[in-house]
Parts: sequence; C-alpha cells; structure tokens
Amino acid sequence: MQHEPHAHGINMSALGRKRQVLDLANEAVALEVPGLDLFYGEKQALFDIRMNIPKQRVTSFIGPSGCGKSTLLRTFNRMNDLVDGCRVQGEIKLYGHDIYTKGEDVAELRRRVGMVFQKPNPFPKTVYENVVYGLRIQGVNKKRVLDEAVEWALRGAALWDEVKDRLHESALGLSGGQQQRLVIARTIAVEPEVLLLDEPCSALDPISTLKVEELIYELKSKYTIVIVTHNMQQAARVSDYTAFLHMGKVVEYGDTDTLFTNPTKKQTEDYITGRYG
Amino acid sequence: MKQTSLKRWFNSGAPGVWLSAGAVSIAVIMTIGLLAVIAVRGLGHFWPADVISAQYDVPGQESHVLVGELVQSEQVPRARLKAAGLPVPDRGPEFMTRDLFKVGNRDISPSDFNWVIGEWLKDPRKPAELMTLERREWGNFYGYLVNVKEDGKVVAQGEAAWPQLQARIERVQGISDQLDDLEKGEIGAINHGIERLRLRARKLELNGELDAAAQADMATERAEYDARYKDVESRLGALHAEYNRDSLTARDANGKEIEISIGKVVHAYQPNAMGTMTKLGFYFQKLWEFLSDDPREANTEGGIFPAIFGTVMMTLIMAVIVTPFGVLAAVYLREYARQGVMTRLIRIAVNNLAGVPAIVYGVFGLGFFVYVLGGSLDQLFFPEALPAPTFGTPGLLWASLTLALLAVPVVIVATEEGLARIPLTLREGSLALGATKAETLWKIVLPMASPAMMTGLILAVARAAGEVAPLMLVGVVKMAPSLPLDGNYPYLHLDQKIMHLGFHIYDVGFQSPNVEAARPLVYATALLLVLVIALLNLSAVTIRNRLRDKYKAFED
Repeated sequence: MQHEPHAHGINMSALGRKRQVLDLANEAVALEVPGLDLFYGEKQALFDIRMNIPKQRVTSFIGPSGCGKSTLLRTFNRMNDLVDGCRVQGEIKLYGHDIYTKGEDVAELRRRVGMVFQKPNPFPKTVYENVVYGLRIQGVNKKRVLDEAVEWALRGAALWDEVKDRLHESALGLSGGQQQRLVIARTIAVEPEVLLLDEPCSALDPISTLKVEELIYELKSKYTIVIVTHNMQQAARVSDYTAFLHMGKVVEYGDTDTLFTNPTKKQTEDYITGRYG
Repeated sequence: MKQTSLKRWFNSGAPGVWLSAGAVSIAVIMTIGLLAVIAVRGLGHFWPADVISAQYDVPGQESHVLVGELVQSEQVPRARLKAAGLPVPDRGPEFMTRDLFKVGNRDISPSDFNWVIGEWLKDPRKPAELMTLERREWGNFYGYLVNVKEDGKVVAQGEAAWPQLQARIERVQGISDQLDDLEKGEIGAINHGIERLRLRARKLELNGELDAAAQADMATERAEYDARYKDVESRLGALHAEYNRDSLTARDANGKEIEISIGKVVHAYQPNAMGTMTKLGFYFQKLWEFLSDDPREANTEGGIFPAIFGTVMMTLIMAVIVTPFGVLAAVYLREYARQGVMTRLIRIAVNNLAGVPAIVYGVFGLGFFVYVLGGSLDQLFFPEALPAPTFGTPGLLWASLTLALLAVPVVIVATEEGLARIPLTLREGSLALGATKAETLWKIVLPMASPAMMTGLILAVARAAGEVAPLMLVGVVKMAPSLPLDGNYPYLHLDQKIMHLGFHIYDVGFQSPNVEAARPLVYATALLLVLVIALLNLSAVTIRNRLRDKYKAFED
C-alpha cells in the first residue's frame, strides 16, 4: 500500500479515515455568504467573508483563538444579535433567502438553524422536558406526538438506550457527554435544516468526545453541519470541508483532505503543523 | 523583647479573630437574651399562681385580711418608704421588702393591684378553698364560695357548691358559644343583608330607577329579613334568660358577700388546691385561650386571635401584591431596559426608597391611597354608601398596599441579582431552539430566578410584618369588631379595619387603663409577634430551599 504524502500536513490515514474525492464546486449550497463584515462597536471582527456551506456535509472552522470562527458561526442563526454593539454588513442566504432581511422572524430562523454550545447547557428540567422544549414552544402539546419525538430525537442523538428509563429525572444528573448529546437531541427534535456546533466537545472527556463525533458522522446524512473546533484532529476526523480562519479572514477553504495534506497557503501549513497558533 | 512579641501577636491576626468572635457571641447572647426575657415574662402570666391570704398590720391602723397573688417583690430603703409617708419605725434594717399583690375584686375595692410592706404581713397562708374567679367584667375575684343559686334560689352550699359551680359554668359556656354564633353569624348576616338592601335602594334612587316594582321587591326582601330577625331575636331572648339563670354568692377576705351571675364567670379555680399536673393542664388551656379568643376589657384580658389573624392576613396580602410588582419591575430593569445612566439612576432611587422611614410611607399611604385613591373609588363605585366611606377610610387593603410599597425595593433588588446570575448559556440554549426572548424569560429565566425572588419576599415579609408606625395611619385599630374574612359576601373584606400584633403591643403597653394587668400581655404578645414573623419567614425559607435544590446544579 502506498504511503500517503504528509510532508505538508498531518497524517490523515493515521486518523483512520478513507480518502474521499470531494469538490466544493459540485455541492448543493445550504448557506451562502457572498460577502460579510462584522463589527463589535468600532472594532471590525470579520472581514469580507465569502463562502458557501454545502448541504448535508460537515464543514469545520479551525483557527487560533480570537480568529472569529465562533463569531462567524453565530452569524448563521443571528445569535450575535444578542451582543450589544454588534453590527453586521452584507448578507447570508439560507437556501437563497437573506436571513438579515428586515422583519425576519429570528425565532423561526433559529428553529431552522439549530445550535449546540461549547458547554453542555441542558435546562434544569427532566430529560423529557428538555427534548420537547422546542416543540412546546411551537405549540405542540399532544402527548403522543411529544413521546414519539422524544424517542426519535434521543435515538438520533444515540442517547436513547442510556436514558430511556430515566426520562422523567432531572437532566442535570446526566454525565457531561450525555448532557451534550441531550442538547443535540433537543436541537434535532425541532427538525432543523442546519446544525451549528460551537466546539461541542471542548468540555468533554475523550470517550464522550468519540461518541459525539460518531454522532456527527451519522447526522450528516440528514443535516447540514457546521462545526467550530480547536482540535485539528477532530476537524480532520469529522469534516468534509474545512475553513481556516485567521484574524477575521478566511485564509483557506476547501475539502478537508486537501487542506490538511496539501495546504496551498503558508499560514495554513504553519497552523496545522503546529508551528503557529 | 516584649514589644516584638506583642507586635508578632498583632501581626498573627489573632486579635482580629478574637474581636470578630466576640462580636458574634455578643450578637448571639443579645438575641437569646431578648427572646428569653420576653418568653419568661410573657409565658409566666398564664400559670395559675397560688393565692395568699395574710393578716396585714399597718402600725397604728386597724388590721385587715389581704388576699391576692404575689406579683413582684423588691427591696426598698427604709428612708424612702418613710419619705413616702408610710408609718415606718425609725429603727431596723436599712432595707425593707415591698410586695406587689394582685388583689383583684375591682368592683368592691379601690384598685386591683396593691403595694404592701412585706414586714407587716402576718401569718401568710394558702387556704385550699380560696378560689379565683376569672370574670368577663371587673377582672379577677379572689374569695370564698358561699353558695350557688338558680333563679335566685339556693341550690347548693358549702362543700356541694363547688362541683355545682363547675357544672354550671360549663353549661353557661355552651350557651355563650350559641349566643356568639347567633350574634356574629346570623345577626351579622341579617345586618349585612339589610345594609346591602339599603345600598341597592340608594343606588337605584341615585340613578333615578327606583320605581314601584323595585320598591315592592325590596320591601318583600326586607320583610323577609325582618321576619328572620324577629325569629333570631326571640331565640336570643330565650338564651339570655338561660344565660343569666344561675348566680353564685362569694365572700371576700374581709367577710363582704356579693352575688355574681355565673354568665359573667369564665373560669373558677382553686389554685392552692391544684396539683402540678392540674396546673399544667390549666396553663395550656389558658395559653390556647390567649391564642384563640377575642380580647376583653380594653384588651387587657382574653386572647389576641383577631390581632394574629389581622397580622397574617395583612402580610399575606402584602406578599401577593409585592411579589408580582417587584418581579415585573426587576425584569424590566434587568432584561429589557437599556443599561445606561437612566437605569443606574432608577436603581439608586429604588435602593434609597428602602431607606425611607416607615412613618413617611404611612403618611403617603393615608394621603394618597386612602384619601385620593380610596376617595375616588368611593365616588366611582360606591356612591350609594356616601357620605359614609367604603374605601376612602383606612383599611386592610391600604395597610397591605402601604407595606407593599415599603417592601418593594427589597424584592426588586433581590430579583435583579437573581436574574443577573442566570448563566447566559441557558438563555442562548433556549433562544437557539427558536424561543423568543419572552418565552425564554417565562420558561427558563424566571423559574430559575425564583429562589432569588423568594429571598426578596422573605426580606420583604421580615421588613413589613413587624412594622407598626405606618399602620396606625392606614388601617390598624385598637379593636376591630369583626375579622376581615367571614361568611358574608364578598367574604374577604378589604375595606375593613384590622387588628395587628405590633399595634396591639403598643396599645396594651401604653394606652391601657390598667398597666399592671396588661404588662405580662405585652410580653406575651411580643413573643407571639416574633413567632408569627419567624413562622412566615420559615415557610418562605422552606419554599426557597426547595426551589434552590431544584436548580442547584447551575450555581457555578
């Protein structure tokens, strides 16, 4: 078997990953960013972002701390609206519709573009109530519908077998990894189109991390997934496409294998080989 | 050498530890001491004290028999007694004993408390057959039972009289309860109905709709009430006759005999003949009466139930008003208002509001709530009752509202702190699921901030329940004829005046015609006030702790 070249990047086969042939140009587009600037007060945090997020693929954002990857992720469901003094110029299109239009129903947008955060944040309610929270918000109250949704979502998040006997106990009693998968179940229960994961494993132990990563791999057949991660191995393991951000700019964006094994930019190579960042 | 070691001692921090520990112990001792003093003085009052009979020989005067309870004893310099005009012999020890006796019998002797010189008391005895009569009027009677009469005829005397008396007191007690039921219940309801009828007629008259049909309608209703009243009246008359049927003859220490209607007697007991267990039983019975009965004799006798009820009622209504009001204000300040100079100013104003003296709130409550607000309500909704005010006079609602105003800053501050502590990640989690800000607030933030709200409520109750000064202006009275909650529509009478434990202490202690008799009641009432507030607080603390347990995992 031929040894893959890894002089310019990291050893992809060491991560147990098969080489795929992917090309951004051939993908259906879920989110289109035709040019976006973002400011915190006077300070500009994102500079002229241009990228297309492919449908039903996993796209990861990597980059050093403070490079703007989380900020960019949060523009996709307008979570940045909550930050005082945050201002966005340009547009982001979700299936062709600009989500920054005036009068946009932000709550509905957030239902379509779900988000999982760094630290597991289950509500102080039962497991069951956590999962159905989004549905109840939408006015679904039929017990049969909710029951089905709970089982479906928990199975989808690979948590059903672990919690099916304690659905009506507090979610705060679950382990960190279970909590994070519960949050994912809660998010997919409202059947979003896009899943945004903001460093979902940074507060988890290695085994829980593995489980969540497997879950991400499963979920991409149904959802468009964007994941921000600090961990380059993780990006390499789970994502189809990777964007490297630095100082609020997208330095390089392409299919994961190429980006990690054969980066075109010096900055990218420095970062992924650990010489920088 | 010595100086350096002293310096080292200072630097070691030991003096600081000693000082702070000392401060804590002083605080603890003061609290326990306070409670102990009021508990001992207040609770001792209900113990059936022995009655002493003694020969009292004042030099140069005729000797007479003194009967009563020893209340207090003190040592007084001979010179002072002499200066007070007492015939004290010139020679003897420097100090003499002075005893305060409760001699009762207010109807036949000039005063029911007497100071006597202990050295002049001869041959003190505790005769077993000496009895104490607790009466509805004129205070206690101390003396001997001569006979018991029915319709003026003697039915028992000597040994046989005592059991007869007890049986008849019990019978009268039953009649008295029936009378109470009739007077407060049925007659109260009839009066209430007639009053409503009168108001309805007046309203129709004011609106110019009082036609013949309406008048006839009301006349039949009034006739109904009149008939009911006639019936109740005849039953009352019969009961009163029964009530006054029996009487007893008693002889006081100096041989004077008087006749007392048994209807006027609450308890008759022979304390000197009672064993400890009997006394204990009697003690708890008296304690219970204190908690559950209405006051008698200008509040110096009987129970204080209306005051307990009024205090609790007012505090509860205050809590019901202050919680939503304070929480809403805090939610707006913390969640919706743009943080800036304006919100900071409002916060300062709110905090300062908590420091305004309570009497100022009382004045405001009287001027604004009672006269302006209540007056307008009367004009708008109760014109038929005018010129008699309905809400335009101090009452339960205005007292609660004034206290709510006084306590609202505490609730706002506590709730705001609670809201600030809810982690941002949870709010984001809810928003990211498609919840609006309001939904997030209702479903996640407010439930999680509920322990903080309870803390605010606890502080509010603690501040408001013990307040007296503003209440004198806005709705608390010395004696309220009925409770603000009863069986007559609209059941909860927010316009009624109430009694309050705090005010009761002031009234009994300082406005009472019989200071000596009232003093133990002041302590007992004070103890009860502390207990009631502690109980209210404790229940709120329990609720808060339960809520805290529920949301504990997020306190990081």
